Amino acid sequence: MNMIAAFLAALGRSVLAGLAGMGRFALFASETVSHLARPPFYWREFGHALMQIGWLSLPVVGMTALFTGGALALQIYAGGARFNAETVVPSIVAIGLTRELGPVLGGLMVAARVASSIAAEIGTMKVTEQIDALTTLSTNPMKYLTLPRVLAATLAVPLLVGVGDVIGIMGGFMVGVGRLDFGAGTYLKTTIDFLETWDVVSGLIKGAVFGCIVALMGCYHGMNSGRGAQGVGGATKTAVVAASVLILAANYVLTEVFFST
Amino acid sequence: MIELSDVHKAFGANRVLRGVNLTIDTGTSMVIIGGSGSGKSVLLKCILGLVRPDSGTITLDGQDVTQGDRDAFLARFGMLFQGGALFDSLPVWQNVAFRLLRGSLKRPASEAREIALEKLRRVGLTPDVADKFPAELSGGMQKRVGLARAIAAEPEIIFFDEPTTGLDPIMSGVINELIREIVVEMGATAMTITHDMTSVRAIADNVAMLHDGVIQWTGPVGKMDDSGDPYLDQFIHGRAEGPIAAVR
Repeated sequence: MNMIAAFLAALGRSVLAGLAGMGRFALFASETVSHLARPPFYWREFGHALMQIGWLSLPVVGMTALFTGGALALQIYAGGARFNAETVVPSIVAIGLTRELGPVLGGLMVAARVASSIAAEIGTMKVTEQIDALTTLSTNPMKYLTLPRVLAATLAVPLLVGVGDVIGIMGGFMVGVGRLDFGAGTYLKTTIDFLETWDVVSGLIKGAVFGCIVALMGCYHGMNSGRGAQGVGGATKTAVVAASVLILAANYVLTEVFFST
Repeated sequence: MIELSDVHKAFGANRVLRGVNLTIDTGTSMVIIGGSGSGKSVLLKCILGLVRPDSGTITLDGQDVTQGDRDAFLARFGMLFQGGALFDSLPVWQNVAFRLLRGSLKRPASEAREIALEKLRRVGLTPDVADKFPAELSGGMQKRVGLARAIAAEPEIIFFDEPTTGLDPIMSGVINELIREIVVEMGATAMTITHDMTSVRAIADNVAMLHDGVIQWTGPVGKMDDSGDPYLDQFIHGRAEGPIAAVR
């Protein structure tokens, strides 16, 4: 009986801790958003974050999209051949990339690159008292550190996804034309004919949500980092894992909302 | 004048402050001493609002520090952090002029840079360090840059958190002398926390000893050596034997 009570107590504690964590994160996110309406806005930090999150993530997102587009073309060709439907390669590559793989893989790559760097930077600032120093210098750390990064990621990731879509389709095109004997004109025409605006726009909206998740996770875990190198390391790891899982969960929810019939 | 009245603060089961009562008169230099982990930094952070006390009141010139315009309140303070707490991503001059480049005290960048160079000169640093990044400086230089940042906006009240920790004796002497000169020159109210007794004698007008979460002794620095308080005596003479347990 005592063992059952102890188990239930431990379970209750875990559930309560989880709920408290969710509450803290919700407060953190709402405070971040509330700073949008309250000046000042730190344009310089925003520009710097845009460069770090957007421009410098372009190579990794571009490479991911290029190889994914190529691999997708090969897989769809091999699968389509079973039903004599090899001609669907261009359209499925385009739809698969713009709706799903572009935003999800782009989001995951940005999570790996950006959530980790934000959490490590802010975590280090916390343990070296730089966050306290900001406060004593009459600068709100949420306004100075969190808002510019969250806003920059929310705007930059859809742009990355858009560029990634183009590069991914080019990857499929290169494999389709070079390896699978599609005509260049036919491949492009099929891609354009079958692709709808909503396919692209839905992917860009997903990109914005994933960007917001990545930056919020990086900032939240950085701000709540434990002490010392171990604390910062733990915050960095948790930020990347949480951002990745939330991206996949949000992707399912958004796909349900956008495409369920 | 800063007044702390019956200030309590606990972190979980650890009751760090257990009823601190302390007064720091305007224009004087108060040094808080006490062992490692005695709550000196927590006390200082409570005054600045970086840590919220569980109970008790802290007033600045009669006004509760938790009430009123927070920006205006913080604009009256400058602080030198133990590790410098310089912003890694900014060059030295932008660290020093941080407050002058944004917010209510904002001024043109060229003017802010001039003030930063002047403050760097004041703490004995040449203009060629202005464009370096904090990571390129030695510990002593970082401390001086931190000091320059603390005084850049000419605050009325300056806090120094362990200003000489990690420095060699000569550099410690230089920092102590600078702090004393700057406080006298600016007519600022100063509050320093340290366990470096050389610093205490160089910087303090008054001394308060924090032990077991309360102010164990407070008085002018001149009376510190013949206070008759066994806790203070043990601390200032660095004796292992006495009422303060060596293993805490």
